[in-house]
Amino acid sequence: MRMNRLAAAALAAALVTGCSGGAQDTAAPADTAAPAENVRLTFWNWVPGMDKVVAVWNKANPSIQVVSSTQAGGDDAATKFLTAAKAGNPPDLMQAEYQALPSFVAADAVADIKAAAEPVRQEFGEGVWGLVTLGTEAVYGIPQDSGPMMLYYRADLFDTYGIEVPRTWQEYAEAARTVRKKDPKVFLGTFSSKDPGSFAGLAQQAGAQWWSISGEAWKVAVNDEPTTKMADFWGGLVKEGVIDTMPYFTPEWNKALNDGKLLTWPSAVWAPGPLASNAPKAKGKWAIAPLPQWNAGENHTGFWGGSAVAVAAASKHQQAAAKFATWLNTDPEALGLLVKEGAIYPAATKGTSLLTEPPAYFSDVPDFWKQAAANTAGARGFTFGPNVNVAYNAYKDAFDKATADKSSFADALVEIQDATVADMTKSGFQIAQ
Amino acid sequence: MSARAAHATRTRRRGGLVPYLFLAPAMILFALFMVVPIGYTVHLSLHRTKVSGLGLGKGARKEVFVGLDNYVAAVGDGELWAGWLRVLGYGALVLVVMLGLALLFALMLDTARVRLARFARIAIFLPFAVPGVAAGLMWGFLYLPSLSPFHELFGADLLSRTTVVYSMANIAVWGGTGFNMLVLYTNLRAVPQSLYEAARIDGASELQIALRVKIPILAPAIILTTVFSVIATVQVFTEPSTLRPLSNTISSTWSPLMKVYRDAFVTGDLYSAAATAIVIAGVSLVLSFGFLRVVRDRAFGEAQA
Repeated sequence: MRMNRLAAAALAAALVTGCSGGAQDTAAPADTAAPAENVRLTFWNWVPGMDKVVAVWNKANPSIQVVSSTQAGGDDAATKFLTAAKAGNPPDLMQAEYQALPSFVAADAVADIKAAAEPVRQEFGEGVWGLVTLGTEAVYGIPQDSGPMMLYYRADLFDTYGIEVPRTWQEYAEAARTVRKKDPKVFLGTFSSKDPGSFAGLAQQAGAQWWSISGEAWKVAVNDEPTTKMADFWGGLVKEGVIDTMPYFTPEWNKALNDGKLLTWPSAVWAPGPLASNAPKAKGKWAIAPLPQWNAGENHTGFWGGSAVAVAAASKHQQAAAKFATWLNTDPEALGLLVKEGAIYPAATKGTSLLTEPPAYFSDVPDFWKQAAANTAGARGFTFGPNVNVAYNAYKDAFDKATADKSSFADALVEIQDATVADMTKSGFQIAQ
Repeated sequence: MSARAAHATRTRRRGGLVPYLFLAPAMILFALFMVVPIGYTVHLSLHRTKVSGLGLGKGARKEVFVGLDNYVAAVGDGELWAGWLRVLGYGALVLVVMLGLALLFALMLDTARVRLARFARIAIFLPFAVPGVAAGLMWGFLYLPSLSPFHELFGADLLSRTTVVYSMANIAVWGGTGFNMLVLYTNLRAVPQSLYEAARIDGASELQIALRVKIPILAPAIILTTVFSVIATVQVFTEPSTLRPLSNTISSTWSPLMKVYRDAFVTGDLYSAAATAIVIAGVSLVLSFGFLRVVRDRAFGEAQA
């Protein structure tokens, strides 16, 4: 009797109220029932060629039609989505960068899709899965791509200057000194005070946990011991003058990369893209290696970038949307198209085997993806908090100052910690000590 | 009141409606795009979101009335006052150099002997036509140590902590001089030539004419351009924002308006941003009206009569 009513009632009506625990109860019977009506879903994303992937789905699922809408990526897209959600008119599906997801959740803009996500749980590694659960019982999105970090280096210039590929950060520091001695115009690398995402990735590698949930309270530890150790390391290099301080993605940085004045870039798997456009002259001269480790013999790395596909809390077709999101990010055909058309690094573990052709910029590194997968096997992420934007902004201000003045990086970390906690306290979040 | 008198009043009233009808479209637009947004800003500035617990999930976040808390926070924020100080230093530089140059150019172009006056006028005015962001980017590239031709010339980092304010002022002067020059120059052209002829017959040199005749005549225009420039300086935003990604000496709260932008669009705190915006509007009003009050007699010649 009850089942009957559920199936007959418009799916949407039942699902709108379904959240966390509730969704599980209603999802089981609804899954077996055929969709009562044709559904049209809008999907905001910035993956090139997404319409081709969507076309495959639309052909196979006439009752659930998806419309892909291309957005400007990054912070702009996040702001736009939050605004649309607040105005009560968000898209059904949204590409959400991992660090933006908690602010979506905190604004009650995305739905818990645990029921739909549970069957594909084992398709993803522990690290990326934590990014969509935020360490809670809920699941706020299906991971799409990830940005595990590795070390990009100029193989040719390493030979010229007689440098070994550094396996530990200690060796990296030594190499930085050697380079400066051999050619004062060249730096081994640069510390960017404008890219908190990169810094967060390096902190993850060191074993940091900036945010965590304990009971009903948030624990914030931006200046925890691993991060402080990592920050002090870079601060020491900056103070010593053996590492440059020009920010990434500036015209100066592009020029230095192109002219061979910068020999390494600790970056993520998506680096071939920026390298190809910023340093075309150096094509074929770069190689990859694991990120230098804190202790010899370890194999850890962090994530810089990456995103999940989330379902809007205000969507009338949450279940259909979740179904599409899981298909998009776990189905072999969809993953293959995402790799081919969108040049993404799939978050699903089986997705990596689809990466066969190396990026054009690395065409003479035929095993680029194999190396990348090996390098990033030990990737660890952390839970992002509800005000990453505040912490990231504080990072830029504090580390701008610290690099310009060559002052203590540990103190700069304390500034970020204080700004982050102050903002959360002001908003009324429970903060655990 | 007699019937006649009442009738007259009514007629006058009916006649009085017509201008309002003509005004209506403007008033409606004014209400829609000025009064309502300002009202909403005031509303926002008196509120704040409060979350409960972890702040995750449904209904964890709601808007609460907090009275003047946001204003207290805005006024008590050391960063905001540090921003005002920076803008004050920057503004003093810009005002003196830009208006000085504008006046000089206007006077020079107004002397009959200048050749290529039309070309010079356009050349000086042209930078004003360049959008602020484009100008900021262009100068930013010129300042960047590894790309800059000036870097070799001056042997100094033009984006360092001590020099960045001059670099920024330079962009504003480059962009603003032409506009102010044009305002002053146009005012000069409106002066009857007979005045200068009289001065010349009295034996005044061109320099004396400039100092004793032209500049006094220009006083109201100079005051007007100063007020415009003061308002523009208080709202300085474009130059530091475009230079910020290129340098690590410009914080996200370098100028007061940048703090508003950061609060509203970077950290998502519309409520603080609204309060700070209103404080800035207040300071802007006090400065421009204060200045006008001080120089009112010269500006409008009221006391001369």
